[in-house]
This record gives sequence, structure tokens and C-alpha cells, in this order.
Amino acid sequence: MIDIQQIRSDFPILNRKVHGKDLVYFDNAATTQKPQVVLDEIVRYYSEVNSNIHRGVHALSQESTDLFEQARKEVQQFIHARHTSEIVFTAGATAGINAIANGFERSILQSGDEVLVSSLEHHANIVPWQMACEKTGAKLRIIPMNDQGELLVNELDELLTDRTRILALNHVSNSLGTVNPAALIIEKAHARGIPVLIDAAQSIQHIPIDVSELNCDFLVFSGHKIYAPTGIGVLYGKQEWLEKLPPYQGGGDMIKSVSFEKTVYNPPPFKFEAGTMNYVGAHALATALQYLKQVGIEQLANYEQDLLRYATAKLSAIEGLRIIGTADQKVSVLSFVMENIHQYDVGMVLDKLGIAVRTGTHCNEPVMKRLGIDGTVRASFSFYNTHEEIDRLAAGLERIKLMFG
Amino acid sequence: MTIQEKQKQIIGEFAEFDDWMDKYDLLIELSKDLSPLEAKFKTDEFLIKACQSRVWLVPELIDGKLYFRADSDAIIVKGIIALLVDVLSGREPAEIAQNELFFIDQIGLSENLSPTRSNGLLAMVKQMKLYALAFQAQLEKQQSNGNE
Repeated sequence: MIDIQQIRSDFPILNRKVHGKDLVYFDNAATTQKPQVVLDEIVRYYSEVNSNIHRGVHALSQESTDLFEQARKEVQQFIHARHTSEIVFTAGATAGINAIANGFERSILQSGDEVLVSSLEHHANIVPWQMACEKTGAKLRIIPMNDQGELLVNELDELLTDRTRILALNHVSNSLGTVNPAALIIEKAHARGIPVLIDAAQSIQHIPIDVSELNCDFLVFSGHKIYAPTGIGVLYGKQEWLEKLPPYQGGGDMIKSVSFEKTVYNPPPFKFEAGTMNYVGAHALATALQYLKQVGIEQLANYEQDLLRYATAKLSAIEGLRIIGTADQKVSVLSFVMENIHQYDVGMVLDKLGIAVRTGTHCNEPVMKRLGIDGTVRASFSFYNTHEEIDRLAAGLERIKLMFG
Repeated sequence: MTIQEKQKQIIGEFAEFDDWMDKYDLLIELSKDLSPLEAKFKTDEFLIKACQSRVWLVPELIDGKLYFRADSDAIIVKGIIALLVDVLSGREPAEIAQNELFFIDQIGLSENLSPTRSNGLLAMVKQMKLYALAFQAQLEKQQSNGNE
């Protein structure tokens, strides 16, 4: 059994008061809070180690480089990649998707080709592909979904064609919490020789991930959604793919040799790491991953499922409240609308009650359009949340019903 | 009452409440007083699109005075709109264009005017000022034509 109060004490921000009330932080799908150990390591790094990596001959630079490469190893182990060279550090999930979309645009996509995404994608996994399609004349095709927010996987047989060059899929929907059957979809795509990019921005913090077992060709996630700082992210790519694709940014550290006539790129992952990397962020990310392992990823995931079940039952009991996204497999993300009450009003009042939720379209306009709504209120839970906090949300919503009723 | 006086009056009304819930209750009441915008005006022409809520703004110049009608699909936004209409509507364009709006800030609702809120209010305030400037220019032109 995990001790939630003990875990909560690792996250200093949870002691904060907002508008005079104890903070209830239910915006974890947007970003997660940071444990003290991560904060401490950031300060320690800048206080004791700071020096640019991969360049200096001096002791600090070596120490810094070692920490950076250890962080790469930590990430490799966390997602069970075969080689450390398959782990590229980026600024975040969005940067990773852009890197691959850009590589495909410049070296693979041609007019008449197809890029397949799902109807559940975050804008970050739509727009870069649209841009690549615009440049090359390729076509964007969409895997449809049902009213529960589940992808219609059967349609894949028709959607995967001889012209499909890549399938880009989110593992978990950011607005609805649906867990997509990634392994099955990857298998179907691979059966036709089509590579798959998995956007794990909303799954990495909830579901243990094994890229070797999943067999995806690329996988991206952001550090800040898994208890690490902003500005650091990971792009995993199978060795052969990272070798094949061109780099998306030129600069220092990504080259083997440079002359004005010809530049030779470094091998992966360095080919994709131009300029000074966020090495402090990488170390902080590794620290966050270690923290999760230490507390126990499986039992944290189980507890989050418990929170989801509790919140679903509690909120379903509120008359006039409709849960949006009722897939069989979900992470602890709960989107809902209230009859005749605008989500902005709900969010505004909850804020004054000290409860942080997200309102609007969640960078998910196609999903909202498909479901015929103009937005939702989204409460997203992390393992540091409690049943009592969910009770406060439910009480707040009852109060809102009275105010706006 | 001038725009300045009107704003001070509103600040006074809101000063009576310490609790946020009471302020919101008042905004909800104010939103009910705002005359509903006819469906014919709820078109893209008058829509200020934002990702959190939608706002419609219709200007009309009658006898040298600028009148605003407005609406929103979010009630708290609509309450703030009711205050804006109360302060600005039915005045000469020059007066609307020249006066600073400070009451939203003073009653603690400025967060609703933050660009990141994307609720349409900030764009609406700007749009009201722009309409005022445009109608002011139009009136001045008419006057100078009339003097010739």
C-alpha cells in the first residue's frame, strides 16, 4: 500500500493556498508538479557541476557530460530501448514530432503519399504532419472514432494503403483519456511495412512503456508531464530510422566535421542534438524517472486507476453532468460538461474554490467537433491526488449548479 | 454620469463583497439584466472568436451616440459584458475613445482580460474602442463636410 500523505509531502507546491483555499491540483494532463528531489537536483547542478557538455577537456565539463549521458541511459532503461543511441533529447514531445515530420518531409514523402493520424490527436500530432503534407503534396488521412472516444481500429484495413508512409498515433488522448490499442495498431501497420510514431505525452506518466515490446519506430514524450521540468523531452527512434532520417536542425555538436564545402554529421543520437542541449533538464528528468521507480510505477498506476473509478462514480452521480470520453481503457483523465452551464463558468468558479482544472478544447478541436461540443471541463489526476480532493470537486460542482441553475 | 463616475460606482458596488462567490453571484445577476441579443446578430460578422468562450458585439450609431449590444455563451463573461455596456453604451464616440477603463482591474476581474484566457473579452474591449474611433472619425468628417 502506498502512503499518499508521504508522497504528497515530496511535492512542495501542494502545500500552497489559492484564493485562501488549499490547492487542489487537477490539471496534471497539462503539466505535473515536481518532487523536491528534482528541484534539489536542478539547484545542485547549477551550484556544483554546471559546465557545457561534450566540449571541454576540464573536470566540470566531463562531470556534466557524464551526467547527461547517464540521463540518456536512465531514459533508455525506463522505456526499455535497445541502445542509448536511440534516445534523443529534445525540448519536448512537440519538438520530437516536428523532427520526424520534418525528416519525412525532406527524405520520404512525395506527392500522392499518405500520412495517417487518428481523430484523437492533439494539435501537436496533426499540424506538423499537415505542414509536411503541404510541402510535399502528400495527403493526411484520419482514423475515425466512436462516440465513446475509441478509435475504430477495424477501419485500419482500408486506411493503411500502399501509399501510407507513416502512422502517427497518440497512445493516450489528452482530452478524453482514452488509451489507444497501440500494440495492435502498430502490428497492423507493420504488417504493411508502415512505420509508426507514438505520441506518449499523455501515457508515459501513467502506463509503464516498453518500446521494444511495443515495437514502435518512434516515440516522443515531454519531461514536464512526468514530474520533470519544462523544456526537456525525449525522442526515441529505432537505430535504423535515426540513421536514415536527415537531421532537422544544424549547428554545433551534431557534426563530425565541417568545411564550407561539406559537413559530415555525427551518428545518432548526436545528429539530432544541435546546439547546447538542456543538460540540466535531462538530469532532472532522469531524477524524476528514478523517483518514480523508487515509489513504484505499477502501484502508482493502480492508485491512479482507483482515483479515476472514484471520480467517475462521484461525478456521474451529479445530475446534469455528462462525462465526455467513456472508453473502456482510460487513464486518470476525466472530461465532462454540465447541462446549460458553460465550461468557462465552471472553471472560473472552481478556481476560486482552490480547484485547478482545465477548460476549453484542450488543443483538440477536431475531437470536440466530432463529439458535437464546444469544449469540456477536464480534471486530470496524478498519484498525489486524493479521494478527499475529488469530494471537494464534486461539492464545488454541486455549488456551481445552484449558482447558475 | 460620466464614464469615470460610472466606473467608480461599479467599483463601490463590488467593494461590498469579500467573498469571490458573492462577486460571481452579482455578475450572474447582471448577466440576466443584459438584454438578449437577437439571433440575427449572432453571426460570424459580429462574433469575436476565442477558444474558451464566444462573444458577440454589435455597434450602432444613433443621433451621434454609439450604442453597443453584446452577448456571450459564458455567464461570467456575459456579466462583465453587461458592466462594459453599462459603462460605455449610449455615449459620444469621442468620450468612449478617450476614457481609460479601470473598473475591471479594480474589482479584481482583470484576469478575465488576460490574453491567455482567450475568452474574447480583451478583444471585445479593444473592438469597442476601435468602433468608437471609427465612428468618431466618421462624425468629424460629416461635420467638416457640413461646415463647407
